[in-house]
Amino acid sequence: MPVVYPHHQPPDSPRHAVLTTIASDSHTWNLLFLQLLLEEQGWEVTNLGACVPVDVLVEEAAARTPDLIVVSTVNGHGAEEAPGLARAVRAVPALAEVPLVVGGKLDTSGSTGPDVHAALTDAGFDAVLTGASAVPGLLALLDGLPEHRHGRSHADAVR
Amino acid sequence: MPSAEPAPAAGAFHRFMADAARVGALVVQPRMGFADPARMRAGLIATRAADATTVGTLTLDSFTRVGDYAAAARAAAQGHHLNGYPLVSMDRETTTGLLDGVHGPGFPVQVRHGSARPGRIVEALIAAGLDATEGGPVSYCLPYGRTPLATSVRAWAEACRSLAALREAGTEPHLETFGGCMLGQLCPPALLVALSVLEAKFFRRHGLRSVSLSYAQQISPEQDEEAVHALRALAADHLPDTSWHVVLYTYMGVYPETRVGALRLVADAARLAVRTGAARLIVKTPAESARIPSVEENVTALETAAAAARTARPAAPPPSTGIEAEARSLVEAVLHLHDDLGQALVRAFAHGYLDVPFCLHPDNAGRTRSFISDRGRLEWSRTGSLPLGRSTAATPSRRLTSSGLLHALNHVRNRYDDPAALLGRAG
Ligand code: B12
Repeated sequence: MPVVYPHHQPPDSPRHAVLTTIASDSHTWNLLFLQLLLEEQGWEVTNLGACVPVDVLVEEAAARTPDLIVVSTVNGHGAEEAPGLARAVRAVPALAEVPLVVGGKLDTSGSTGPDVHAALTDAGFDAVLTGASAVPGLLALLDGLPEHRHGRSHADAVR
Repeated sequence: MPSAEPAPAAGAFHRFMADAARVGALVVQPRMGFADPARMRAGLIATRAADATTVGTLTLDSFTRVGDYAAAARAAAQGHHLNGYPLVSMDRETTTGLLDGVHGPGFPVQVRHGSARPGRIVEALIAAGLDATEGGPVSYCLPYGRTPLATSVRAWAEACRSLAALREAGTEPHLETFGGCMLGQLCPPALLVALSVLEAKFFRRHGLRSVSLSYAQQISPEQDEEAVHALRALAADHLPDTSWHVVLYTYMGVYPETRVGALRLVADAARLAVRTGAARLIVKTPAESARIPSVEENVTALETAAAAARTARPAAPPPSTGIEAEARSLVEAVLHLHDDLGQALVRAFAHGYLDVPFCLHPDNAGRTRSFISDRGRLEWSRTGSLPLGRSTAATPSRRLTSSGLLHALNHVRNRYDDPAALLGRAG
């Protein structure tokens, strides 16, 4: 039997997540899975697709400040590339405080150890989610986020 | 080999495959790549020494694939691990040095990459004395990033011409299509067969005379056998005046996590290759589900596959369920769209005549959907605008959920990782 994640009733103005990957990573099954997962939790998701240049992510996120940015990468270059992504996001004042998480398979040796994590949190990620606990970890994190971080007006939310 | 003119030094890869075909041995090949040249060389030497008929591979890293050669150079210089060999960022001497005494007529090396703009890669592989690579305007575009399909078509036409120009110097270059794989999983076989044939035809029209057509093992052995036979039938009709063979890829989707399951899957792929008359098999290792495999894990996979291949014999095709007819309808419909095959491919995707299920690329229409049937086969649940000829009965799709998607993606992994299944087989 498949694991079924509990669905949440979408609120009137759903919280908005930008879902992305690093510029060198073309894997998309992870993105499709996470998009569905977040939508089932009542989130509105902007899925930026494969091989997202950092500039494209920053532009998208700055144009409409999201309530969450999720970076998923599995090609083994995450440890190399994701720190630069975090620094670029954090350099934009409007994005300095937006919850920013990264997960997947982050290096080429299958490690889920604290070394990779430290460099990534130093660079600006709020959470690094790998291995079997990644998805439950994300769900727990979603539950802990405020309903509306920015107290956006409805007009803003449907823009 | 159709060409009558003298070929002083036929391409190493082309010649090796032609010779292997005469002997009838299944050629096995890793998808191996490391940033460190010494490790890359050691990997090639170990591949050559494996107890199997092998060819070597340089699998390139993701920075190189997307054209960020500076990032690849920086990471390699700092001794960081990459997921492949950064061919374009290394100087030529480094590459010729690592190939020296390893690569040759008895052990050809192919470059596998995944780039929609392969110009610099093709330049670098030719400069390093290599003559074989992999790709295609569609199959190295849609699964590999966000480059527009039209850009990829132009870049691949040019790359084909650069490769084909090797013939003037007496080398027969070889090009393999990745069209039989696409996103690696959940694509009904007829579409994979059609894409493989269309890309091989594209290569031929742009001057290549030695090509291979891929097909990736899916979830049902019977369906796969039918598909490979269909691929051979279409190739025979569509590639006159061409030297071609079929290359099978060991399962390209979510892979078993257990060592036993992983090796059982590659062994099944090897038997499938022999039963269907495929000439070459790309293997997967026990590390596939988790990380980049070591040299030793690659050798284990190669030898497991070769041993399994020795236990199998070519077999007659299973009863048809219509894969060949469906693939033919797709190919014919695309060919009718434009005289220029590149233009035809671009239009085909724009019209949804070709439409890969679950593909997020902006140029894919996204109106098709597949599912795993009760009989354990890949079927269409939505055919979108695919011109499938006879009305293929599509079973209406259920709503796509994260758990439903994961369940379908894990179908093969679960089957092979289940110890009960192993006992069942042995008993
Ligand atoms: C299918 C596949 C492909 C397809 C992808 C098609 C596409 N457009 O998506 C193709 C064949 C094209 C492909 C290409 C490549 N691939 Co690939 N691919 C796979 C494979 C077999 C399955 C991936 C999959 O579909 N998973 C299904 C999804 C749902 O699972 P997932 O991605 O693991 O994500 C889960 C968790 O990780 C988690 N998760 C992921 N991200 C995040 C983020 C957050 C925040 C959270 C909470 C959770 C989370 O949630 C998901 C559900 O549990 C894996 C190996 C495997 N797993 O068996 C290799 C694999 C991921 N690929 C790999 C590599 C290296 C590549 C290539 C670079 C080629 C190469 N050198 O071998 C290229 C990519 C080119 C590029 N520019 O990056 C490596 C990565 C190695 C590493 N990390 O050390 C793997 C592990 C195979 C291997 N062992 O070599 N690949």
